[in-house]
Amino acid sequence: MATVIIPTPLRKFTNAQSTVQLKGETVAAVIKQLVTEFPDLKKHLLDEQEAIRSFVNVFLGEDDIRDLDNTATGVNEKSVISIIPAIAGGRM
Amino acid sequence: MVIINENPLQVMIADAIKAFPDECCGFLFGKEDAAGNRIIESVLPVINSKEGDKRRRFYIAPKDYVKAELYAVEKGCLLLGVYHSHPDHPAIPSEHDRVAAQPFFSYVILSIVNQQYADIKSWQLNNDSQFEEEIIQLNKIEIWQP
Repeated sequence: MATVIIPTPLRKFTNAQSTVQLKGETVAAVIKQLVTEFPDLKKHLLDEQEAIRSFVNVFLGEDDIRDLDNTATGVNEKSVISIIPAIAGGRM
Repeated sequence: MVIINENPLQVMIADAIKAFPDECCGFLFGKEDAAGNRIIESVLPVINSKEGDKRRRFYIAPKDYVKAELYAVEKGCLLLGVYHSHPDHPAIPSEHDRVAAQPFFSYVILSIVNQQYADIKSWQLNNDSQFEEEIIQLNKIEIWQP
């Protein structure tokens, strides 16, 4: 079980919920549960290989999961997972 | 429609001119009315954290994104989008802008030409992940130029 914080631009896919409680023992399991519960989120979080999209950051507490064990990082009932959009762009 | 109040407009223009020839970036806050119009009441400039050429690219660090979400909670307003500048380039989103864009957010782009404000436009992704221009209304008295 973990708490997932949904960023503002994705809340229209979670019935306006800003946090969601989900089961799972790893980040991957929690994310899978999230997109199962809210299928419209999937294309905004995962790529065609079901990996986290490059423009999405996932933090466990204050740590980027890329600095931990990525999506294999373990979670418990006190874990807070934040989905943080990578905001980027620029002219051609 | 995106209605931009005078103060946030002036802050964005000042940020874009100060950053020139680099791109500036920041967040848009405000409210939505019953008709779906967005009123931009304040903005939060943040550092362009792009490593390398900031004249053509911008990147907002995750810690600054979190700061923006907290700002919206503290002020009791909505995080409505992102602004950035296109130095010596039209206020039209590039493919780089589109690929990284988030749903729901308004993307305000300021065109700065020769270090002078030239244009402002707002864009939002449609359901096919393509940008559509949003009608913009500027609540301003006079555009400030240094």
